Amino acid sequence: MLSDSNLTAILLTLKLAVIVTLILLLIGTPIAWWLARTRSWWKGPISAVVALPIVLPPSVLGFYLLIVMGPNGPVGHLTQSMGLGTLPFTFPGLVVASVLYSMPFVIQPIQNAFEAMGDRPLEVAATLRAGPLDRFFSVVIPLAKPGFMTAGVLGFAHTVGEFGVVLMIGGNIPGVTRVVSVQIYDYVEAFEYTDAHWLAAIMLVFSFLTLLAMYLFNPTTPRR
Amino acid sequence: MKLSNTLVALLFTLASSLACADEIDVAVAANFTAPMKAIAADFEKDTGHKLLLAFGSTGKFYAQIKNGAPFKVFLAADDATPAKLDKEGMTVPGSRFTYAIGSLVLWSAKPDFVDAKGEVLRKGQYEHLALASPKLAPYGEAAMEVMEKMGLAASLAPKFVLGENIAQTQQFVVTGNAELGFLALSQVMKDGKIASGSAWIVPASMHTPIRQDAVILSAGKGNAAAEALMKFLKSPKAAAIIKSYGYAL
Repeated sequence: MLSDSNLTAILLTLKLAVIVTLILLLIGTPIAWWLARTRSWWKGPISAVVALPIVLPPSVLGFYLLIVMGPNGPVGHLTQSMGLGTLPFTFPGLVVASVLYSMPFVIQPIQNAFEAMGDRPLEVAATLRAGPLDRFFSVVIPLAKPGFMTAGVLGFAHTVGEFGVVLMIGGNIPGVTRVVSVQIYDYVEAFEYTDAHWLAAIMLVFSFLTLLAMYLFNPTTPRR
Repeated sequence: MKLSNTLVALLFTLASSLACADEIDVAVAANFTAPMKAIAADFEKDTGHKLLLAFGSTGKFYAQIKNGAPFKVFLAADDATPAKLDKEGMTVPGSRFTYAIGSLVLWSAKPDFVDAKGEVLRKGQYEHLALASPKLAPYGEAAMEVMEKMGLAASLAPKFVLGENIAQTQQFVVTGNAELGFLALSQVMKDGKIASGSAWIVPASMHTPIRQDAVILSAGKGNAAAEALMKFLKSPKAAAIIKSYGYAL
């Protein structure tokens, strides 16, 4: 049922999704916090930039990444001068692309949770002499937990479901950039429908279970 | 009243234009993009028919045709796929013929990177070698044959980046993300010579000939434009264009 190459693709996809989700939770939390709290004029433009990947077709993102990270692009110049080579066709390149691509799906739920919390819990904590860090970790994080859960699941699932960007900058290298969605595409193009069916069904069931878990453990209406 | 009049007039023009000149969907292999655009311009001028061209990989077109795509004519990148469609009764029998024989080229966007004998392949001073997926594209299959003949297939495999079709492969090389790659000669040839970069035109003896067949699909049965296009592809005028892009005939 699962050939070696399918197993490789599945493991690669999971590895990519885990790394991307962790990175996004790390860099997304401060951005979400800033967006939820700021009164700066910059809130509008930054929010728009964060939301861009929802609207942009993957072909646009893939095209720009291919140019910008390529040997003649600004990011390509930078990575080359650091002795790292260029990012397209590499696993780190996929990570960078996926972080950009899945960013809104992680930042927005966290930001919503922060905003819904209001100032009150923080003010109360402050009167109890909790320092800023203490307030963040023992008040904000627990209160925003549902937001973090949603962010984690959506970031993970969205990265697993990524296709267009990977196709454009990946180069279809087994074990490096050939993720499940690309593998399925290959099967369909090569008329290998049996393999395509197996892998596609696994994706379908996996995606459904992931979302089901999110809605079961993290209902949108609070149970009180 | 006025609106319905305009509508009737519009429908009438539409109907009359349909009657004298057809507009047909044509599926064209990605490697034949440039010559087909030139041929279509001439064809439309000469016959008054209109062509709606779709460019892509032969494998994808096959799946789409099997699932009811409206293409009337198919210009494939190989001869196996049209033959398969023939056998499956998806074509107009007897319409199939070879419209071009493809040439393979090893190309780099950088001048002086690829030498005239392809020795650059052996030296291995590059990170990425682009080719079309051998599983999906005849030009990728031919590239593998060449490397196998040179005894390099296994040692170069870690450097492979695979394009989904030959157009995407070219995009990898043009943007410089892959230093060099195996492409269709037609993609880098203009007016009978290599337009830019550096290239090794792979001798035809190093791989199975890339015979590209065209066929009228069942949807195009009895269609005047489809038949006119097949005839036009066999004309000396089309042959001159096809040859100028580096194909043999």
